[in-house]
Amino acid sequence: MRKNTSGRRGKLVAWIILIGCAIYLFLPLITQFDYSLRMRRDTLSFDAYYSVLTTNPDEDATGIPRFYTALAFSSLMALLTILVSVVIIVPTAYWVHMRVPKIKPVIEFITILPFAIPGIVLIFGYLRTYSAPPFALTNTEVGTAVLLVGGYSIGVMPYIYRTVDTGLRAIDIKSLTEAARNLGAGWGTVIFRVIMPNLRVAILSSALLTYAVAIGEYTLSNYLFPDGRTFGSYIFAVGSNRIFEPAALTIISYGLVWVLVLLIQRVGRGPGQTQIAGMR
Amino acid sequence: MAFLELNNLRKTFGSAVAVENFDLHVNKGEFVSFLGPSGCGKTTTMRMVAGFEVPDQGYVRVDGADITNVPPNKRNVGMVFQSYALFPHLSVRDNIGFGLKIANKPKNEITQRVNEMLALIKMEQLDNRYPHQMSGGQQQRVALARALAVSPQVLLLDEPLSALDAKIRVSLRDEIRAIQKRLGITTIYVTHDQEEAMSLSDRVVVMSEGRMEQVGTPFEIYNFPRTTFVATFVGTLNAIHGLLAEGSNDTVMVDGQPVKLADPVTGKRAGEGVVLNVRPERLVLNQTGSENQIKGVIESVTFLGAIVRVGVKLQHATLFVDLFNNPHLDLPEVGASVSVGFTREAARVM
Repeated sequence: MRKNTSGRRGKLVAWIILIGCAIYLFLPLITQFDYSLRMRRDTLSFDAYYSVLTTNPDEDATGIPRFYTALAFSSLMALLTILVSVVIIVPTAYWVHMRVPKIKPVIEFITILPFAIPGIVLIFGYLRTYSAPPFALTNTEVGTAVLLVGGYSIGVMPYIYRTVDTGLRAIDIKSLTEAARNLGAGWGTVIFRVIMPNLRVAILSSALLTYAVAIGEYTLSNYLFPDGRTFGSYIFAVGSNRIFEPAALTIISYGLVWVLVLLIQRVGRGPGQTQIAGMR
Repeated sequence: MAFLELNNLRKTFGSAVAVENFDLHVNKGEFVSFLGPSGCGKTTTMRMVAGFEVPDQGYVRVDGADITNVPPNKRNVGMVFQSYALFPHLSVRDNIGFGLKIANKPKNEITQRVNEMLALIKMEQLDNRYPHQMSGGQQQRVALARALAVSPQVLLLDEPLSALDAKIRVSLRDEIRAIQKRLGITTIYVTHDQEEAMSLSDRVVVMSEGRMEQVGTPFEIYNFPRTTFVATFVGTLNAIHGLLAEGSNDTVMVDGQPVKLADPVTGKRAGEGVVLNVRPERLVLNQTGSENQIKGVIESVTFLGAIVRVGVKLQHATLFVDLFNNPHLDLPEVGASVSVGFTREAARVM
C-alpha cells in the first residue's frame, strides 16, 4: 500500500518536471509564433514570413531575397566545416583510441579549449595573424571563407570530438580494424569502409550540431564578412531594423533545425540498426 | 619442409617476456592447437603469425617465404577472432565478400565464392541478415566463412568458441574440424580448453609462461606428459608426495606403503621426496591382482555424469579414483575401507 502511494507520488513529480520543462521550452516559441503573426493590425497573418522570404533589402541584380543567399552561404560554410572537421577529427580520434590511448586526456583537454576561449578573442587573434603576410587570407574572399571555416572547425571541435569519441567507445574498433587488415585492407580502407560507416550516427549527430552552430554563429562571421552575408549576421541585421520579421525568422530557423533532426534520425536508422526480436 | 615455420620467436612487452624460444614446424594441412592458461603467450604467438605483433627475435615463414616483417594486410593468413569481429554495418553476404572486394575480384567471382562459403557453413538462407540479427554460433560461422573466402594459406582461430554455450561449442568445433579437413588448410587454433584442443588437433602445443612445455599428439600429451605442468594442466591428476625407497630406485613409499614404478627414478637418492603422478581413471577399487595396492578410506563420492569421482583418504593425502558410471555400479559408502589398485605403468615420477 505504502509502496503504491510512493510510486504514484514519484510519477506525479516526474510529470510535473516534464510539464515544467515543456513549458520552459515551448512557451517562448509559442509567444514568438504568436507575435510573428501580428504584423497586420487586428488580424493574424503570415505577412512577416512573407516579408522574410520575399524581401530583397539590397535590391541587388540577382533579385534573390537575402534570406536565401545568407542561408545558402552559411550552409555552404557549415558543410565545409563538417567535411574538414570529420576528415581531421575522425582519423585523429581513431588513432588515439587505437595506438596512443594514454594521451586521451591531453586530446580531450585540447578539444575543450574552444569553450574556454571567447569567440571575440579568437577572431582578434585570427585577424592579427591572417590579415597580413605571410598568411594574408583576409585579402581575398576565398581566403576569408577559409578562415571562417577554420574558425568554425575550431569552435565545433568539442562537439565533434566528443560525439565521435563516444561512437568509437561503442564499437570494438581494435577487433574490427584487425579483421579488416587481416582481410587485406589498407589503413584508408579501414577508416573509410569499416570505421566511418559504424560511426554513421555519431558523425551525423555531430554534423547536425555543427550545422546548427555555423548557421547561428555571429561573432566570427560578422567580423570576417561585415556585409551581413552570413545567416547569423543577417538575423542580427533583421533584428535591428524590423519588428515582426525577427520573430518569423526565429520560427523558421527552429523549423529548419527540426527538419534536420528528423532527417538525421531517419538516416541514422539504417538497415544495420534494425533489430529482429527473438533472433539471439 | 614444413609449410609454416616459427623459428626461435621471442616477444616482449616492456620488461615482460610474452613468448620466448618458440620453435614450431607445422605441416601443410595440419591442425595444431596452442593450449595453455591465460597469459601463457599463445595468443601473442598467433598474432605474430597474423602480423599484428612483430617478434623481437626469430622469424615466421609460410611455404618458404619469410613474412616476419610483412604487414598483416599483405599476408595471406585468415583469422577468426574470439569476438567474431564481424562488420556490423554489412550483411552476412557482404561480410564474407569483404576480403574479395578489397582484392578487386570480379563481381561474378565474388558472388560465386560467397555462395560457396554460405553453402559450406550451411547459411544460404541467412545471407541478408546483419550480425546483430544472428546468434553467437551463427556469427562465428560467418566469421569462419569470411576468413576462408580469401583462400588463405594458413587459418588462425583465436579462441573462437569461448563466447558460446557448451552445446553449440561442441557442435561448432566438430563443424570447424570437418571444414578444415575438407579444405585441407593449415590451421593454428588457440584455446585454454583442453577438451577442445584434444578433440580437434593433430598436434597440441602446451604453453606456460611464454614457453613451449610440450608438443605432441593429443594421445602423447595426455598419456606421456613430460612436465608436471603438462600433466596437471591436461586432464585430472593425482600428485602424491612420497619418498624414494631404500635400495630400490623403482619404488616409492606413499604413507609407508610401497608403490612400484615401471621406470626407475633418476637423479634422486633413497629417502628423498618425490611426487608420484597417476591419473584417476587408471585407478581401480578393491581389485585383487593389481601390481600396486594402497589402502585408504572412502572420503567422498561425487557424481559427474559419465563418471563417478571417488575420493580415497590416505594418511597424508587424498587419491581420486574415476569410475565409469553405469546403472549397476556398486558405489562405495563414505567411511568404508578400500584398496586402490593400479599398474606400474600408471604411476610416474617427473
